[in-house]
Amino acid sequence: MILIWLITILLASGVAAWMIARWSVLAARWIALVATLADFVITLVVWLRHYGQFSIVVQGNWLEQLDWAWIPRFGIHFHLALDGLSLLLLMLTFFLGIVSVLVSWTEIQHAEGFFHLNLLWVLAGITGVFLAVDLFLFYFAWELMLVPMYFLIAIWGHERRQYASVKFFIFTQLSGLLMLIAILALYFAHHAATGVYTFEYKQLLATPLSSSAAWWIMLGFFVAFAVKLPAVPVHTWLPDAHTEAPTAGSIVLAGLLLKTGAYGLLRFVVPLFPGAAHQFAPIAMILGVIGILYGGVLAFGQTDFKRLVAYTSVSHLGFVLLGIFAWNELALEGAVVTMIAHGISTGALFVIAGLLQDRMQTRDMGRMSGLWSTMPRLSGAGLFFALGSLGLPGLGDFVGEFLVLLGTYPVSRLLTILAAVGVLVATFYALRLVQRAFHGANVHEWKLPDLVKREALILAPMVVLLLWLGLYPLPVLNTFKPAMKSLQQYASRPMREAK
Amino acid sequence: MNRTDAITLLPLIVVAGTSVLAMLATAVRRSHVFTLCMTLAGLAAAFGCAWPAGARAPRQVTALLIIDDYSLFYFRLLIAAVFAIAILTYDYLRKRDLHREELYILLLIATVGAMVLVASSHFASFFLGLETLSISLYAMIAYLRRPRPVEAGIKYLVLAAGSAAFLLFGMALVYADLGTMEFARMAQLLPGTPGDALLISGMVLIITGIGFKLAVVPFHLWTPDVYEGAPAPVSAFIATVSKGAMFALLLRYFYSAGALANRHIALIFTIIAIASMIAGNLLALLQNNVKRILAYSSIAHMGYLLVAFLVGGEFAVDAVTFYLVAYFVTTLGAFGVISVMSGGDGEPEQLEDYRGLFWRQPALAGVFTVMLLSLAGIPVTAGFIGKFYIVAAGASSARWALILILVISSVIGLFYYLRLVAAMYATPDKEPAAATMPAAFIGGAVLAALTCVLLWLGVYPNPVLRMIENVFPK
Repeated sequence: MILIWLITILLASGVAAWMIARWSVLAARWIALVATLADFVITLVVWLRHYGQFSIVVQGNWLEQLDWAWIPRFGIHFHLALDGLSLLLLMLTFFLGIVSVLVSWTEIQHAEGFFHLNLLWVLAGITGVFLAVDLFLFYFAWELMLVPMYFLIAIWGHERRQYASVKFFIFTQLSGLLMLIAILALYFAHHAATGVYTFEYKQLLATPLSSSAAWWIMLGFFVAFAVKLPAVPVHTWLPDAHTEAPTAGSIVLAGLLLKTGAYGLLRFVVPLFPGAAHQFAPIAMILGVIGILYGGVLAFGQTDFKRLVAYTSVSHLGFVLLGIFAWNELALEGAVVTMIAHGISTGALFVIAGLLQDRMQTRDMGRMSGLWSTMPRLSGAGLFFALGSLGLPGLGDFVGEFLVLLGTYPVSRLLTILAAVGVLVATFYALRLVQRAFHGANVHEWKLPDLVKREALILAPMVVLLLWLGLYPLPVLNTFKPAMKSLQQYASRPMREAK
Repeated sequence: MNRTDAITLLPLIVVAGTSVLAMLATAVRRSHVFTLCMTLAGLAAAFGCAWPAGARAPRQVTALLIIDDYSLFYFRLLIAAVFAIAILTYDYLRKRDLHREELYILLLIATVGAMVLVASSHFASFFLGLETLSISLYAMIAYLRRPRPVEAGIKYLVLAAGSAAFLLFGMALVYADLGTMEFARMAQLLPGTPGDALLISGMVLIITGIGFKLAVVPFHLWTPDVYEGAPAPVSAFIATVSKGAMFALLLRYFYSAGALANRHIALIFTIIAIASMIAGNLLALLQNNVKRILAYSSIAHMGYLLVAFLVGGEFAVDAVTFYLVAYFVTTLGAFGVISVMSGGDGEPEQLEDYRGLFWRQPALAGVFTVMLLSLAGIPVTAGFIGKFYIVAAGASSARWALILILVISSVIGLFYYLRLVAAMYATPDKEPAAATMPAAFIGGAVLAALTCVLLWLGVYPNPVLRMIENVFPK
């Protein structure tokens, strides 16, 4: 039951914030803050309560679940379920949700009520994606994330918001529809084999498929997730959307929406179609490495602060793709840690971009320089998260990328070496970012206010989390390990070929 | 015709009777409100009469009409739609200075025609229903008697008359070949005939007639002009009641007569479906007039419906029926917004009229957004479940090519829906030239009800799915 609350709290307080903003904008902001905080506390309680017993997932159980019949005509259930992996991603979701609300506190100055409605609803959609284990419900939530995100970009975005928002919507919608076709193909294949109409994840796992059918259906899923991830060559929506979105939108996009793609690969693509995914793995891994290098090189060439950070996402998520398709324990652990660490460090970089934009009305790094002399604390934070992004040992990103490389090595040495070059590229773009924006002489003679209390309050927990993840990742690893083990079990079950 | 026959026909009789009464009442004394109330009461009574009729269904009343669960379901759907349209018409005409009462009479007569179409099981009733519907529509389209509506009316008149001639000729050819005009009898005869030239040409001509009414490519040329010229509530009527009734008939005729088994016929429908989906969506991209955008979008939606129609099998009829329900609600809502927004001297047609609407009238813009998202098939709306159902129907018989075209063309469709949505949420740089009238309570109530139904269908479609599950005679 607790799972439905996670979603309804967000949906209901979204509407409440919208209504109440007519009288008091401040109340709307507080409602949104309390809602995200409440959800975060709930997941924290669930985490602590189940701590030490995550391994029940391995026996095919869920930590929490909820199963209602929804549309029996098609065998559709409203089935939410939680394991260690989704729990961690949910905690990330609500944490970044809190950050997004706080960061918009002064940034968003028109239609505040509607803004918070959209923000909370996109979080609700993401929560649905991480919890759904009925494929129809999953698709439903997947599509549901789009509309509020579209509005976030289209209404509160920067100069080219129309273009960016439409591009984002079209890319995700087209790939989503391909996934719908794939889901339906799987659904009918399952019916043909067993006579049962169902969208239930665990039942569909056992669907016998001919290898060509599995290949095509897997591809349908893969395209949808690759667009969200994003993998090169379907990444082109990302720099536009990230750059034009308001700060909260960028945080949600980079920190969470991209993770739904990685989550889909982990939860659905490999376990549902292990054979086809295995065949496809070399291609996917090459795409991952291309993403790492290409994203890094493009990031190096950017002059727009947000666009630079956006391209680093392409690079980091390349590691995730590589790790997922290397599909061994180390690489998978690395992929998940990268997902979480990237959510925090990139989210924080977007916060900093937002703070700079707020103060300077520009994102152009050519017009920045020597900011350290006028805003030492903000610049220090910027340096910290840039170092996180380049994979400095002791911070979260390093753990993730290191584990991915370690896991990929036995699978393909060449790809490991190329991916390791990507880490080097990261050093270039991250240091260039720091040098151009914060170091040097203050040639434009900026005089700007440093971090205020609210802003410091946003960044401090992110610093702590990133350090914790880098220095003592064990609690996090313990949480999702059993879930990954059960996914690996599904994927390595004896293959049943259809006649 | 005995008493049972009369009871089963009651919904039809009541609607027809109401139109006569309304005409007599208007002759005595004109009163806009009274005519509206009478129309609504008549429609409500007809809706209620569907239950006693249902208790006696299925029943063949003369050779012409069949009243079964299928007819009754569509009766209810059509009546409910006309109910909403009548209220929107009131809201629309209220602001205009002209004779208002006759439009309700025409509306009721057209509804009778649509109901006859839905229940027909014979070429004669098919044609009678079609003409009753069309002839009232000529007058309804040109009702405002301004240059553009009259132009639209004449255009519709000429083309509809032409297509009716095609239809009639086609019927004659089929009759010449098979010697019967009853659908049920054709179903027995058709498997015996391997599809000779006479029969095929007859069928093709009939498809031409039907295709015109459905406005599928290549018979779609009248649609944008007529949608644009006709008063908004009448456009809503054409888009929903007229097309819906025709599609119901198409389903009954081709399924019960088994004509789709002929591969030439199936090929023709496949081409029409693909062309409608692609052309409808592409042409809508070029428009700046909201009513024309909706016209082209409706062409594409008829294409989607044809995909499900072509698939056949257990899913198809349910998919088509559900999609039609969703399409009715959505289209009524979209035209309802235009109608409610229109002032005394014109309608807000250009995209520019909607720029920044959300900041002026958030509720109205919200309703329109939901309707457009439903047309685009985004979750939580009825359109999503409808599209899901159609894609499922296609997947159930592995028609991958058709589904893929559907998916791609519907993504093209997203562009113009988003264009409209984006315009509504854009921050206005200047004050709107003409301040739009505040939505009247009664029109707003219809829109609110439609929105609720739309969301209900999108979130919990189960009751409706169960209702339509066993509607089609197997």
